[in-house]
Amino acid sequence: MATALTEIKVTPEIAAEHGVTAEEYARIQKILGRDPNITELGIFSVMWSEHCSYKSSKVHLKRLPTRGKLVVQGPGENAGVVDIGDGLVAAFKIESHNHPSYVEPFQGATTGVGGILRDIFTMGARPIAILDSLRFGEISSSGAKAPSLIGDSNVAAKAATLKTTDEEVKANRRILDGVIRGVGHYGNCFGVPTVGGEVGFEPCYSQNPLVNALALGIARKEEIFLAKAKGIGNPVIYVGAKTGRDGIHGASLLASAEFTEESQQKRPNVQVGDPFVEKLLLEACLEAMRTGAVVAIQDMGAAGLTCSTMEMASRGGTGIEIDLAKVPQRETGMTPYEIMLSESQERMLLVAERGREHEVLKVFKKWGLDAVVVGTVTEGGLAVVKNHGAVAAQIPAHPLAEEGPVYNRPLAAPAPRVESEKDWFQFAPEGVNLTENFKKLLASPAIASKRWITEQYDTSVRTNTLAGPGASDAAIVRIKESEKNGVMRGLALATDGNGRWCQLNPKIGAMHAVAEAARNVASSGARPIAATNCLNFGSPEKPEVMWQFSQVIDGIGEACMALGTPITGGNVSFYNETLGKSIYPTPVIGILGILDDSSKALKIAFRNHGDVIVLLDGALGNEVASGEWRVASKEFSSSEYSKTVGGIVAGEPPAIDLAAEKRLIDCLVALASAGTLQSAHDISDGGLAVTLAESCFAANGLGASVSFSETAPSESALFGERGARCLLSVAPANLAAVLATARQYNVGARELGKVTVDASLRIEFQGRAAIDSPLDVLRDIWANSLERTLKG
Amino acid sequence: MKFGVVVFPGSNCDHDAFYALGNVLHKPVEFIWHQSQDLANCDAIILPGGFSYGDYLRTGAIARFSPVMKSIEKFANSGGMVLGICNGFQTLCEAGLLPGAMMRNSGLRFICRHVHIRVEQTDTPFTNAARKGQILKIPIAHSDGCYTADEEDIASLEKNKQILFRYTTPDGSDDAAGNPNGSMHNIAGICNRERNVAGLMPHPERVVESALGSADGLVLFNSMVEALAGAAKATA
Repeated sequence: MATALTEIKVTPEIAAEHGVTAEEYARIQKILGRDPNITELGIFSVMWSEHCSYKSSKVHLKRLPTRGKLVVQGPGENAGVVDIGDGLVAAFKIESHNHPSYVEPFQGATTGVGGILRDIFTMGARPIAILDSLRFGEISSSGAKAPSLIGDSNVAAKAATLKTTDEEVKANRRILDGVIRGVGHYGNCFGVPTVGGEVGFEPCYSQNPLVNALALGIARKEEIFLAKAKGIGNPVIYVGAKTGRDGIHGASLLASAEFTEESQQKRPNVQVGDPFVEKLLLEACLEAMRTGAVVAIQDMGAAGLTCSTMEMASRGGTGIEIDLAKVPQRETGMTPYEIMLSESQERMLLVAERGREHEVLKVFKKWGLDAVVVGTVTEGGLAVVKNHGAVAAQIPAHPLAEEGPVYNRPLAAPAPRVESEKDWFQFAPEGVNLTENFKKLLASPAIASKRWITEQYDTSVRTNTLAGPGASDAAIVRIKESEKNGVMRGLALATDGNGRWCQLNPKIGAMHAVAEAARNVASSGARPIAATNCLNFGSPEKPEVMWQFSQVIDGIGEACMALGTPITGGNVSFYNETLGKSIYPTPVIGILGILDDSSKALKIAFRNHGDVIVLLDGALGNEVASGEWRVASKEFSSSEYSKTVGGIVAGEPPAIDLAAEKRLIDCLVALASAGTLQSAHDISDGGLAVTLAESCFAANGLGASVSFSETAPSESALFGERGARCLLSVAPANLAAVLATARQYNVGARELGKVTVDASLRIEFQGRAAIDSPLDVLRDIWANSLERTLKG
Repeated sequence: MKFGVVVFPGSNCDHDAFYALGNVLHKPVEFIWHQSQDLANCDAIILPGGFSYGDYLRTGAIARFSPVMKSIEKFANSGGMVLGICNGFQTLCEAGLLPGAMMRNSGLRFICRHVHIRVEQTDTPFTNAARKGQILKIPIAHSDGCYTADEEDIASLEKNKQILFRYTTPDGSDDAAGNPNGSMHNIAGICNRERNVAGLMPHPERVVESALGSADGLVLFNSMVEALAGAAKATA
C-alpha cells in the first residue's frame, strides 16, 4: 500500500479533490519547479487550506489593532502574550472546533479544548483557566420570525418563521450533551478549571454548533518560548503520543468546506483526545523547557507534523530534514502522506540544543512519553521529508508557509431587509403587569441558569478561582506567583458574541461583542487590557458572507481601538454552513483584564439589606427622547425578550456609543479599586429586570424593590438591552462617594431602590407595579428550566 | 513534622495540596514521585486528587500498583498517617487500605460544587480539631464518588465508628437530600479500623482560605498537624 500511494501520479483532478484550485496548483508547480508528488500535494493542500492559511481572511485581519504597551506577542504565534506586571506574562487565545463537534460532539469538543491548552503550554506558560463559548440550535420546539439566512432559498429579503422540528430538537440536545461532556472531560482530567464562557441558542446553529475554547496561561516573561527553528545542526525531537491514521484532513477538509447530508460520514476525520497524555505532555514540556536545552517548540495541531515542521523552519528562516521512519507510530503500514497529514492529538515537535538532547529526552522518559530525534535543522530553507532514507517530499519551507494564496474575495451586501413598523415588536399597553412575561424570559435557555452545565466542569482545581461561572460578570482567577505582602493580582476573563445582532447589523453587532466583554471584565473590577477573537462565519466564497466578515472586522477594530484592548490572536472559522445555509455571523470576543488586588474583585450578588441599588449609565441620558419611539421598537425587536415573548427577531441591535462604554469601564475600575461597591452586574441579555433578578438569585435570602420612570415604554425600560450600563449595590455610607466618582467620570448614576430582606422582587415603573413576585418562584424557574427542558 | 504529597502521572490536585500545606499552613512538605519507594522521612502522606494513570480501567486501579504504594502500605501498616483525597481515596480503596469501592455517581455525570458534610467522629488524627457534628462546606469534583461496600463492611464501618464524614444539607437536617452522588449511608469519608488511614471524596485542600469561598478544609489539616505535634511530644 505504501508504494501504491507514492506512485500515484498527481493530476489537476487529484489536486481538486484535495481542495486545491487550478491556480493554486499552478503556484505549487512554480514553487517546486515541477509537479508535486502525492505527499507534497497533501502537504500543500493542508498548509494552504482555509483553516491553516487564512487565505480569505488575511487581507481583512490586517485592519485589526494588534499593538499595545502591554502586548509582548501579537497574532502569528501559538498564542498572544501580554505583560501583567512583576515579571509575569499571560498567554491566552481562543480557537474554534465547530465542524468536528457537529460530526462527533464529544471528541470534537475534547480535542478543541486539548488543542487550545497545547497552544498555551507550547509558549512555556502553565494553563490556569479555560472558558468556552458555545452555540447550539434550539433545544425546545419553538419558532420565531427571523431574517432568512444567507444561502436560504426563500426570498432573501423576507423574514421567515424559523421553526425547529422535534427531530432537530433531539439532535441539538444530543450535540449539547456530547459537547458539554467533552469540554468537561478534557479540562477535568487535565486539571485546569473551566471557569466561564457563555452558551447561546439560535435555530441557525442547529446543524452547525459553535465550540470556541479559550485558554489562559501564566509564565515568567523570560521563559516564553517561540516556534522558530534555530541553530543549524540542532536536533529535531518528536514527543508525545504516537501517530495514527486519525484526523487525516481533519482541519483541511472538515473545517474548510461546508457540510452536506453526507458529512456525518466524515467521522473518521475527527481526532480523538486523551487528556491524560496531554497532562503528562504539559508537565514534561515545562520541565524540559526548564533544562535550558530547548531552543524552540511547536505543537502539532491542525495539519500535524506538516504544519509544525514547515512553520518552525519558515519562521526560523532555516531548512529542516526529518525521517518519518523514526516517528513513533501506533499503526503499521502508514504512508508518508498519512504520517505527514495525521492529526493525532497530544504531540509536539521541539528543537533542542545540539549535544544536550539527552537532557530533554530524559525528562520525557521520566513522564513515560515517547521522545525521539527525528531530524535536524538544516541550512538553506529546504524542508526535506524522508522515509527510511528515501526522499518522500522536498519543499522550500518559506514559500510553502508564507507565499500561499491570498484572496481578496468579492464582497456584496445582502439585499436590504424590507421591514416596517408592522414587523417590529408591538409594545404592550402601559400599566400591564409584566410578571408572567418575565417568567417566560427567565425560563428561556438563553437567560436561565447554566448551572446544570457548569457543574459538570471542575471549576475550582488549582485553587485560584475567585469567581467561577455566574459569580461575577467575568471569571476571576488569582495569580499566586504575584503575591507580595499578602496581596495577589487577579486576572479577569470574559467572552461575548451576539450572533443575532451581527446578523441584523454585523458591524454594530461586532462592536457590541467587544464592548460587552470589556464591560463584563470591568464589572468584575478589572481593567481590560487585551483581546482575542474567534470569528465564526459561513462560506467565504459567498460575497454576502465576506461582506459580513469585512463589516465585523471593522466593528471589532473600531471597538478595540476605542476601548484600548488590542487583538493578540485568535482564529477564523469559515464554512459554518449546512446544506447551503450560513450561520449567523458570530464573532466571539475574549477580553482579559487585570485586577491589581484580587481581593477587590466584584461579584454580582447583593450583600446586605438596606444597600442602595444604583444604575450606572455611561450614556448619561437615561431616557429615550420622545419622538424616538420607532427607534425604540426597532431596536427592541432584536432583544431576547422580543424573541422569547414576541416571537420576533428583527430590526437593529441597540445603537452603540463606544465613548460611553469607555467612560463606564473607567468608572467601574475606579469604583472597584476604591472598594466602595458591594456588587456590580452589567446589563445585557434580558435587560435591567434580568440583571436585578440575577443579583438577587446569587444572594441568599435577599430581594430588591426598585422604582423608576422613563418616557420609554415599560417593556423597553425593563427588558431593553442598550449597552454601557451596570447595576450596582452600595452601602448607604458609601453612596455619596460613589455618586461623586460617577460624576467625575461623566457617567450617569441613578438610585433605583433598595436591597430588601422580604425575599421578593418588585419593580415599579411609572408608579405602577410592573413586576412583583416572591423570589423563590422566580428562582425556581431560572435555576431549573434548562435541566427541565433538556430532560423534557 | 513533614508532609509528603504523592505525584502519580495524572495527579492534578498535587500542587493544591502542596500549596495548602506549605504556603497556607507553613508546614514542611515535599512531592514524592510515584516511582520512588522512599517516603523521604515524611510523617504524613497525602494521596492527592486527579486522574492517576488516566483512571483507565477503574479509578485508582492502576495507581495502586505503582512502586510508591508498596512503601505507603508498609508505612500505613506501621501506623503512619495517610490521607487520600478524591482519587487518593479511590486508590486507597483499590489498595485495600480502606474498605469498599467507588462507583459512578448516581446521576452518571461529573459534579463539581460545594457540598456540606458532617463530622461524625473526632477521635482521629484527621478530625481531632473539629467539633462532633460540625458541618463543613467543601467542594466535590468527581464522576466516580458513589461509595459502595457490602453489607458486612458497612455494618462494621458503622459499628467501629469509621465513618468520619457524611453528606448532609447546610443545616445538617437531611443527609439523603445532601448526598450528591448516591453514596451508601451518605458516606463522604471513612478511616480504617486503626484510624491512621482516611479517605474522603470532597477536596479540603481547595478550601483553606476564605477568599476561595470557605476555609472549612483547614479543620482536616489542622487536625493532622495537631496529631503529629502530639505524637512528637509523646516521643520526646
